[in-house]
Amino acid sequence: MAETTNALPPASRWAPAVILAWLIPGGGHFLLKRPGRGAVLAACVVSMFLLGLMMRGALFSPQTGDILTTVIYVGGFIANVLSGALYLLTNWLGYNQVDVAGHVHDYGTKFLVAAGLLNLLAMVDAFEIATGRKD
Amino acid sequence: MPKMSLSHFEASVLFALFTSIVLGVITKRTDRERVRYAAYCFACFIAAIFGLSWLMYLGHG
Repeated sequence: MAETTNALPPASRWAPAVILAWLIPGGGHFLLKRPGRGAVLAACVVSMFLLGLMMRGALFSPQTGDILTTVIYVGGFIANVLSGALYLLTNWLGYNQVDVAGHVHDYGTKFLVAAGLLNLLAMVDAFEIATGRKD
Repeated sequence: MPKMSLSHFEASVLFALFTSIVLGVITKRTDRERVRYAAYCFACFIAAIFGLSWLMYLGHG
Protein backbone atom coordinates (compact mmCIF):
# COMPACT_ATOMS: atom_id res chain seq x y z
CA MET A 1 0.00 0.00 0.00
CA ALA A 2 1.36 3.37 -1.01
CA GLU A 3 2.01 5.71 1.88
CA THR A 4 1.40 9.41 1.60
CA THR A 5 3.47 11.82 3.63
CA ASN A 6 2.22 15.18 4.85
CA ALA A 7 5.56 16.27 6.28
CA LEU A 8 6.23 19.96 5.82
CA PRO A 9 9.03 20.60 3.31
CA PRO A 10 11.95 22.78 4.45
CA ALA A 11 11.06 26.43 4.91
CA SER A 12 13.68 27.46 2.35
CA ARG A 13 11.43 25.92 -0.30
CA TRP A 14 8.24 27.82 0.47
CA ALA A 15 9.07 30.74 2.78
CA PRO A 16 10.37 33.13 0.07
CA ALA A 17 7.21 32.68 -2.01
CA VAL A 18 4.90 33.09 1.00
CA ILE A 19 6.73 36.16 2.31
CA LEU A 20 6.76 37.74 -1.15
CA ALA A 21 3.06 36.88 -1.55
CA TRP A 22 2.36 38.73 1.71
CA LEU A 23 4.51 41.74 0.91
CA ILE A 24 3.43 42.17 -2.72
CA PRO A 25 0.00 40.74 -3.60
CA GLY A 26 0.52 38.20 -6.40
CA GLY A 27 4.31 38.37 -5.93
CA GLY A 28 4.57 34.79 -4.70
CA HIS A 29 2.93 33.53 -7.87
CA PHE A 30 5.30 35.56 -10.02
CA LEU A 31 8.24 34.05 -8.11
CA LEU A 32 6.80 30.58 -8.72
CA LYS A 33 6.44 31.28 -12.46
CA ARG A 34 2.65 31.65 -12.43
CA PRO A 35 2.43 35.22 -13.76
CA GLY A 36 -1.13 34.96 -15.05
CA ARG A 37 -2.57 33.92 -11.73
CA GLY A 38 -0.31 36.38 -9.92
CA ALA A 39 -1.51 39.27 -12.07
CA VAL A 40 -5.18 38.43 -11.49
CA LEU A 41 -4.68 38.09 -7.72
CA ALA A 42 -2.67 41.32 -7.58
CA ALA A 43 -5.31 43.20 -9.56
CA CYS A 44 -8.11 42.00 -7.26
CA VAL A 45 -6.31 42.64 -3.96
CA VAL A 46 -4.91 46.03 -4.99
CA SER A 47 -8.25 47.15 -6.48
CA MET A 48 -10.10 46.15 -3.35
CA PHE A 49 -7.61 47.92 -1.10
CA LEU A 50 -7.62 51.12 -3.19
CA LEU A 51 -11.42 51.13 -3.35
CA GLY A 52 -11.45 50.79 0.44
CA LEU A 53 -9.11 53.76 0.79
CA MET A 54 -11.11 55.85 -1.69
CA MET A 55 -14.27 55.10 0.26
CA ARG A 56 -12.44 56.51 3.28
CA GLY A 57 -12.35 53.22 5.11
CA ALA A 58 -10.40 53.00 8.36
CA LEU A 59 -7.52 50.71 9.22
CA PHE A 60 -7.80 48.90 12.54
CA SER A 61 -5.37 49.27 15.41
CA PRO A 62 -5.32 46.45 17.97
CA GLN A 63 -7.48 47.07 21.03
CA THR A 64 -8.49 44.72 23.78
CA GLY A 65 -11.40 44.80 26.19
CA ASP A 66 -14.48 42.63 26.08
CA ILE A 67 -14.40 39.64 23.76
CA LEU A 68 -16.26 41.37 20.92
CA THR A 69 -13.94 44.38 20.95
CA THR A 70 -10.89 42.11 20.98
CA VAL A 71 -12.16 39.96 18.11
CA ILE A 72 -13.13 42.95 15.96
CA TYR A 73 -10.11 45.16 16.53
CA VAL A 74 -7.35 42.54 16.78
CA GLY A 75 -8.91 40.49 13.96
CA GLY A 76 -9.33 43.60 11.83
CA PHE A 77 -5.75 44.65 12.53
CA ILE A 78 -4.40 41.23 11.52
CA ALA A 79 -6.51 41.27 8.35
CA ASN A 80 -5.22 44.76 7.51
CA VAL A 81 -1.59 43.73 8.07
CA LEU A 82 -2.11 40.78 5.69
CA SER A 83 -2.30 43.30 2.84
CA GLY A 84 1.48 43.63 3.16
CA ALA A 85 3.11 46.59 1.43
CA LEU A 86 -0.27 48.20 0.78
CA TYR A 87 -0.87 48.44 4.53
CA LEU A 88 2.66 49.60 5.27
CA LEU A 89 2.60 52.27 2.54
CA THR A 90 -0.81 53.50 3.64
CA ASN A 91 0.46 54.04 7.15
CA TRP A 92 3.81 55.53 6.12
CA LEU A 93 2.25 57.92 3.61
CA GLY A 94 -0.45 59.00 6.06
CA TYR A 95 -3.51 57.75 4.16
CA ASN A 96 -4.88 56.04 7.25
CA GLN A 97 -8.14 57.70 8.17
CA VAL A 98 -10.16 57.99 11.32
CA ASP A 99 -13.23 55.81 11.66
CA VAL A 100 -16.35 57.86 10.89
CA ALA A 101 -20.01 56.95 10.63
CA GLY A 102 -21.63 56.33 7.27
CA HIS A 103 -22.34 53.38 5.05
CA VAL A 104 -19.70 54.28 2.44
CA HIS A 105 -16.95 54.51 5.09
CA ASP A 106 -18.18 51.27 6.60
CA TYR A 107 -17.97 49.52 3.23
CA GLY A 108 -14.49 51.00 2.81
CA THR A 109 -13.36 49.48 6.11
CA LYS A 110 -14.78 46.12 5.04
CA PHE A 111 -13.03 46.36 1.67
CA LEU A 112 -9.69 47.01 3.41
CA VAL A 113 -10.19 43.97 5.64
CA ALA A 114 -11.35 41.81 2.73
CA ALA A 115 -8.30 42.80 0.66
CA GLY A 116 -6.07 41.40 3.43
CA LEU A 117 -8.10 38.20 3.67
CA LEU A 118 -7.97 37.70 -0.10
CA ASN A 119 -4.21 38.18 0.09
CA LEU A 120 -4.12 35.48 2.78
CA LEU A 121 -5.82 33.11 0.33
CA ALA A 122 -3.19 34.04 -2.25
CA MET A 123 -0.44 33.31 0.30
CA VAL A 124 -1.92 29.87 1.04
CA ASP A 125 -2.12 29.20 -2.71
CA ALA A 126 1.54 30.21 -3.12
CA PHE A 127 2.46 27.90 -0.23
CA GLU A 128 0.65 24.97 -1.84
CA ILE A 129 2.32 25.59 -5.19
CA ALA A 130 5.76 25.95 -3.60
CA THR A 131 5.38 22.69 -1.67
CA GLY A 132 4.17 20.80 -4.73
CA ARG A 133 0.67 20.16 -3.41
CA LYS A 134 -0.80 22.05 -6.32
CA ASP A 135 0.20 22.92 -9.91
CA MET B 1 -6.53 60.31 -2.65
CA PRO B 2 -9.77 60.74 -4.66
CA LYS B 3 -12.96 60.15 -2.76
CA MET B 4 -15.48 57.59 -3.95
CA SER B 5 -19.09 57.32 -2.91
CA LEU B 6 -20.86 54.11 -3.82
CA SER B 7 -24.37 52.89 -3.14
CA HIS B 8 -24.97 49.71 -1.14
CA PHE B 9 -25.62 47.84 -4.38
CA GLU B 10 -22.51 49.08 -6.18
CA ALA B 11 -20.26 48.31 -3.21
CA SER B 12 -21.79 44.85 -2.78
CA VAL B 13 -21.37 44.01 -6.48
CA LEU B 14 -17.73 45.12 -6.49
CA PHE B 15 -17.06 43.09 -3.34
CA ALA B 16 -18.73 40.07 -4.96
CA LEU B 17 -16.78 40.50 -8.17
CA PHE B 18 -13.29 40.63 -6.66
CA THR B 19 -13.98 37.92 -4.10
CA SER B 20 -15.43 35.60 -6.75
CA ILE B 21 -12.42 36.04 -9.03
CA VAL B 22 -9.96 35.25 -6.24
CA LEU B 23 -11.98 32.22 -5.11
CA GLY B 24 -12.05 30.95 -8.69
CA VAL B 25 -8.33 31.45 -9.21
CA ILE B 26 -7.15 29.75 -6.04
CA THR B 27 -9.55 26.83 -5.75
CA LYS B 28 -9.61 25.28 -9.22
CA ARG B 29 -6.93 23.73 -11.37
CA THR B 30 -7.77 24.61 -14.96
CA ASP B 31 -8.65 27.98 -16.46
CA ARG B 32 -12.03 26.72 -17.61
CA GLU B 33 -12.90 25.48 -14.10
CA ARG B 34 -11.70 28.77 -12.63
CA VAL B 35 -13.90 30.88 -14.88
CA ARG B 36 -16.92 28.65 -14.25
CA TYR B 37 -16.43 28.67 -10.47
CA ALA B 38 -15.85 32.44 -10.35
CA ALA B 39 -19.06 32.96 -12.36
CA TYR B 40 -20.90 30.57 -10.05
CA CYS B 41 -19.68 32.37 -6.91
CA PHE B 42 -20.58 35.74 -8.42
CA ALA B 43 -24.08 34.50 -9.27
CA CYS B 44 -24.49 33.21 -5.70
CA PHE B 45 -23.37 36.56 -4.28
CA ILE B 46 -25.81 38.45 -6.51
CA ALA B 47 -28.64 36.06 -5.62
CA ALA B 48 -27.84 36.59 -1.92
CA ILE B 49 -27.76 40.37 -2.37
CA PHE B 50 -31.18 40.44 -4.03
CA GLY B 51 -32.63 37.83 -1.69
CA LEU B 52 -31.50 39.56 1.49
CA SER B 53 -32.47 42.97 0.10
CA TRP B 54 -36.03 41.80 -0.56
CA LEU B 55 -36.13 40.10 2.84
CA MET B 56 -35.15 43.35 4.57
CA TYR B 57 -37.58 45.36 2.42
CA LEU B 58 -40.49 43.03 3.20
CA GLY B 59 -39.44 42.74 6.85
CA HIS B 60 -39.64 46.49 7.28
CA GLY B 61 -43.12 46.59 5.69
